[in-house]
Amino acid sequence: MNRKNIGLLILILALFGSALWSIVPFNTKLLGPNGLTLGLDLKGGGQLLYEANLSQKDPSVTDTEAMSAVVEKIQRRVNEFGTTEPVIQRQGTDRILVQLPGVKNTSEAISLIGKTALLDFREQKLDENGQPVLDAEGKPEFKDEPAKATSREGREEELTGKYLKSARTDVDPYTARPLVAFEWDKEGAYLFEQITGRNVGKQLAIYLDDELISAPVVQEVIRDRGQIDFSGPTPLEEAESLAIQLNSGALDVPLTIIGQESVDPTLGADSIQKSLQAAIIGIILLLLFMLLYYRLPGLIACISLGIYGVFLLAIFSITSITLTLSGIAGAILSLGMAVDANVLIFERMKEELRAGRTVGAAVEAGFNRAWTAIRDSNITTFIACVVLIWLGTSSAFHASMVSGFAITLLIGVALSMFTAIVITRTFLRLIVAKRLMTKPSAFGMSQ
Amino acid sequence: MIDFVGKKQWFFLISAIAIIVAIISLAVFKLQPGIDFTGGTSMAIKFTPQVEQNEAVEFQSQLREEMSSFGHPEAIIQFRKESRDFFTRMKLVSPEEVNELTDVLESTFDRDVEISVPLEVSPIIAAKTAGNAGIAIIIAAVAMLLYIVWAFRRMPKPFRWGTCAVIALAHDVLIIVGIFSILGWLAGVEVDALFITGLLAVVGYSINNTVVIFDRIRENMSRSISPDFAITVNSSIVETLGRSLNTALTTLFVLLALFLFGGATIHYFVLILLLGVIIGTYSSICISSQLLVVWESGKWGRLSSWLPFAKRPAEKSLK
Repeated sequence: MNRKNIGLLILILALFGSALWSIVPFNTKLLGPNGLTLGLDLKGGGQLLYEANLSQKDPSVTDTEAMSAVVEKIQRRVNEFGTTEPVIQRQGTDRILVQLPGVKNTSEAISLIGKTALLDFREQKLDENGQPVLDAEGKPEFKDEPAKATSREGREEELTGKYLKSARTDVDPYTARPLVAFEWDKEGAYLFEQITGRNVGKQLAIYLDDELISAPVVQEVIRDRGQIDFSGPTPLEEAESLAIQLNSGALDVPLTIIGQESVDPTLGADSIQKSLQAAIIGIILLLLFMLLYYRLPGLIACISLGIYGVFLLAIFSITSITLTLSGIAGAILSLGMAVDANVLIFERMKEELRAGRTVGAAVEAGFNRAWTAIRDSNITTFIACVVLIWLGTSSAFHASMVSGFAITLLIGVALSMFTAIVITRTFLRLIVAKRLMTKPSAFGMSQ
Repeated sequence: MIDFVGKKQWFFLISAIAIIVAIISLAVFKLQPGIDFTGGTSMAIKFTPQVEQNEAVEFQSQLREEMSSFGHPEAIIQFRKESRDFFTRMKLVSPEEVNELTDVLESTFDRDVEISVPLEVSPIIAAKTAGNAGIAIIIAAVAMLLYIVWAFRRMPKPFRWGTCAVIALAHDVLIIVGIFSILGWLAGVEVDALFITGLLAVVGYSINNTVVIFDRIRENMSRSISPDFAITVNSSIVETLGRSLNTALTTLFVLLALFLFGGATIHYFVLILLLGVIIGTYSSICISSQLLVVWESGKWGRLSSWLPFAKRPAEKSLK
């Protein structure tokens, strides 16, 4: 028995040592080599939720294929946008969640990311005599469908943004207006040559997502290069957005924004600091209470709770679970549960001592009898956590808050059973076995 | 020995009053659903130079007019002293409309305007969230009922044990929801996804406490400490009382510290947990096991089991 306990003690210390090592601050980051992964509510930033209209996808691809293509393109757009560690996730069948840490104003990001950005060209409408059709203001009207040309394989193809090789912003040297210069790939150049060739001297309209951008007059046959001028005054940012969108490619399905959330980074920092301070005050009170009320076992409980805290942080750091404010609340609640397991055991031990058992027998009986209560009560908490995780993944919004709470509580409760049953018990057994403490008064009993 | 079971009618009366107050409050004041459940846009409108405290009222009424003429008469506008900006809530607003509104406000107030959107939820998502929240609580309650029935399967009629635990749980949830409807009326406290999270945590905690006491009843029954079920239950409550109170106290220490000194974003979330611990501890000590006693004694249908002062045959004293 004693040898087994010493073996367990060594195991606990080894685990504790490695857990401690994993959360030692190696650099400026918060705890450990990877640091704790903080949620948007703590470090600030924007969160966007889009819904894809899958009924408008290309029927030859599956939903999953279309969605992964969209996610990949959003990824490219977000990378160009220049935020660190963005998260782009598909949620459910038709939703995409985009998290942009550090981004304070989300409105720019919303239009950059969510726009389909389907570029095409349209020719003028002609009447029976081959004369351009004019609208009431005397401006030429354009055809409803994109200009087509014969591909190198001899098929009739629409010329769209998918044949672009690259796009970048530039400034028109004469008007000083921003513009987007683009370059076609081989196929695009082949198509563009035919389309510009048959429209020399006429206007060719540039459309983005079915909206007219500008309609320059074609001066000569153009092959592989071109530029998009904007008809009205346009801020440089808009041109930059368009260049990014064209480079990433048009989205395969149209997206609509269905939710957004943004947290001021300073507010998050303030909140985490206050909450951590509050938690420390609460934990100190809790430890004092345990120490004063349960004496020796209380001290051991305090030590095993300290170990519990280190383990919990190590798990958060190693698994990179995203910590949100509600997650911290979950962790603190699980600390309460960890204390509860100890309290259940110690109350049981006191009862056994009152019944006249020796300290050693009381320790064993306390653990054995308290076990069913700890098990059954914690399983009900597990059930609540599992339902919450389901709620978190299915409701999409505030998801990180709901599931953050549930996941940390789940891990915390599982770990609390381990600390109470393994760590506290091993310590108590060793102390009893070494006859360091045999007086019931050490257990808070008045003889 | 304190007679928890003998005083059961008093506990039932207290809880019945609390529940009736909660139901009336829910019927009269209802809950203030947050954007999570209604859908809409919340915005923070910041002026540069900043709006001073003495200008706030004037700005607020003018802002309200602007919002109305902008097509959002439903907008709720609050001045926030700490950040000296205006917080508004309204129906869904598109990003283009936000830009438009910025321009409109800049020209009316002749100050620089910056609008940020902390939260925007489409009504479809909101309806789904609300639906899921309801389903989540029901699923959690049913799952717990089943687990307790299973855990106490060796007891005669385990279904009763599960039902009593779930009634106590519903009692806790109902009272907390009632308190939040009063808070919504008094202080405009809103109910959001985090509120549901808090409620589910309370559900877990409340059951947890009840299970600990039920576990002791189960043990005492197998040791047959008394032929009288009421006495067995009372001893079980008293024996676990130290644990019940100490656990509640230790959890309360941490929660109270978080409530008083913690960040504002989790203020009401912590309040739910705080209330949950207090009410959950009460219901596990004073309600759930007592319900079991009434049911086991076969007096479920008799009014005298529920009301204090009611005439009833002399019960065995526990002393």
